[in-house]
Amino acid sequence: MRVRVALFATCLTDTFFPSTARAVVRLLERLGCSVEFPLDQTCCGQMHFNTGYREHSKPLARKYTEVFSGYDYVVAPSGSCAGMVREIHPTLGESPPRTFELAEFLVDVLGVTDVGAWFPHRVTYHPTCHSLRMLGVGDKPMALLRAVKGLDLVELPDSTQCCGFGGTFAVKNAETSTAMLADKMRCVLDTGAEVLSAGDNSCLMHIGGGLSRLRAGVRPVHLAEILASTEEDPWRATP
Amino acid sequence: MARNPVTWLGSPTFPKAAKAALNDTQLRQNLRKATGTIRGRRAAAVAEMTDWEMLRVAGEQIKDDVLARLDTLLLQLEESVTARGGVVHWARDAEEANRIVLDLCRAENAQEVVKVKSMATAEIGLNEALEAGGVHAIETDLAELIVQLGDDRPSHILVPAIHRNRSEIREIFQRRMGVEVSDEPADLAEAARVYLREKFLTTKVAISGANFAVADTGSIVVLESEGNGRMCLTLPDTLITVMGIEKLVPTWQDLEVFLQLLPRSSTAERMNPYTSVWTGVTPGDGPQKFHLVLIDNGRTATLEDSVGRQALRCIRCSACLNVCPVYERTGGQSYGSVYPGPIGAILTPQLVGDMHDPLAASLPYASSLCGACFEVCPVRIDIPSVLTHLRAEVVEAKGRTAESVAMAAAAWMFASASRYEKAQKAGSLARFLAKDGKITSLPWPGSKWTSSRDVPAPPAESFRTWWRKNRG
Repeated sequence: MRVRVALFATCLTDTFFPSTARAVVRLLERLGCSVEFPLDQTCCGQMHFNTGYREHSKPLARKYTEVFSGYDYVVAPSGSCAGMVREIHPTLGESPPRTFELAEFLVDVLGVTDVGAWFPHRVTYHPTCHSLRMLGVGDKPMALLRAVKGLDLVELPDSTQCCGFGGTFAVKNAETSTAMLADKMRCVLDTGAEVLSAGDNSCLMHIGGGLSRLRAGVRPVHLAEILASTEEDPWRATP
Repeated sequence: MARNPVTWLGSPTFPKAAKAALNDTQLRQNLRKATGTIRGRRAAAVAEMTDWEMLRVAGEQIKDDVLARLDTLLLQLEESVTARGGVVHWARDAEEANRIVLDLCRAENAQEVVKVKSMATAEIGLNEALEAGGVHAIETDLAELIVQLGDDRPSHILVPAIHRNRSEIREIFQRRMGVEVSDEPADLAEAARVYLREKFLTTKVAISGANFAVADTGSIVVLESEGNGRMCLTLPDTLITVMGIEKLVPTWQDLEVFLQLLPRSSTAERMNPYTSVWTGVTPGDGPQKFHLVLIDNGRTATLEDSVGRQALRCIRCSACLNVCPVYERTGGQSYGSVYPGPIGAILTPQLVGDMHDPLAASLPYASSLCGACFEVCPVRIDIPSVLTHLRAEVVEAKGRTAESVAMAAAAWMFASASRYEKAQKAGSLARFLAKDGKITSLPWPGSKWTSSRDVPAPPAESFRTWWRKNRG
């Protein structure tokens, strides 16, 4: 019996990072899941809620429940959006369907750490705040990465410190956000990694945006894309 | 009504103050070093405890029980303190509290008073009020003394001079004490000791705060690390304690929990070095006159808010400051109040009680919501949840703004998948602004992002477009 999974792509990944969502589809199908993408999905309402627009986030939470109810599992390539659904939607009066961040779905539900991936690069991993503290994903992403063939995993110093993204925080307190980013980039560069990975494209867009501005020569790649990569069909830089 | 002095007069909003502080490279270095050290020590001290999570839950529950029964527990405290020879005073706000303390000092003909480090007296601006009334207050906690002698403001709850390094402290001491001293910690401490010892022995009135007050016995508890507090609490003839009304615990047994939680959370010590406890007046031993001034100053109003009231569980340990990535970079003075860091971001606006105040309204946004504060809080204050709760109050207070219009438009767009998809397609055209796959400059407010970060060019095809073509 194949596990039936609905992909919640998240608005950011759907719009800016389609390669991540395609990688989730490829990965989950390779692991025997049947993946569906309900086209009526949009946004979990996190930006509104976290900025103080609680009332605007309510209809979006409602919509999420409507779109995804009926699925055994919903999987999102984002700890932050999964956290919003699991921890915040209930406070907005919703009973959302079971929603998982990708790494916890792979390890906890499918029970795999070796997903048969191949990625011959030096990689460091930033464990994003909401994966770490809202969902308690722990070292599951690291366990998944350690099992990837050819991957040279280097530990990120001060890894648990926030990168400074924080949604609208990055704009409302741009200077402080940048100061946090500077330290995160220093830690990333100290590892000598060529690839920075994370389970959230929002944080990757932030750190990656800083690294790109500095021409630092480190590429942000979402965890899903690394795990989807195989020797037969290796990861390629595509939008 | 008198202005609430919880925030410092003339302080800019958090983003403005932070912008200036971020440029102070010495400050950045001092904070990085100090918070990094104490973070590591706290983590080690907490890791030794197998029942830490249970203690946190106990701390949370005891404090919630106190807040639920505050009215009766306070009356019980008053009765116990009075029965043991103390005098209890009630102050609605800072102005009332300051007047009570000044009158008590005048009744003792005191021109000088020694002080034990106290957040409550800092919150109400007591030193300034006493000075204006002709009474000079001498801070005896080393870090408070550094701040006072440097004509500075505190930047941390526990270590108010955390923004200063050794050589800066040496300079302040030489200038204000008129002594030659090296920048060795032992020498600096000795200079302070010599300066303070004379004050302890000659001053007749002491003022303290309180970490806890035990309702059923009327005992007051102060925790400190230097012994200066013990001096102030035993040598003078008159002791005046100023305490926020939320500092109660019901019984001595409840103290057990907090005497484990507080030292490890604040100074990473297994046991607090100097824990002073006194109950009213003891003939022939210690101060013979004891006054307890209970201050509300916005607390009752805070208690009304079912989400925000958990800020009143705070035991002022500073663990949230030390782990906060925002605090580590901006320092405490950017928060414009004696309560900096994550706890300040939720406590100050509530004590001020007016989200039309620009500084108060900026504080709930001084966080990336990373959650590190909640993780370490010994009384489990869910600071991120209170922050978003207060942000909603700010939004409501501000009414219609450019941001609120944009947010409403975004919510309308997201409410329908077809509108969202149209917006996505229109936005995708921004890829023609990109060079080498990235956008380096956007108009305001996007410019706030692109000031330090590139934006990836939107792809020609969104995921949903790909899905429809290949899987639909």
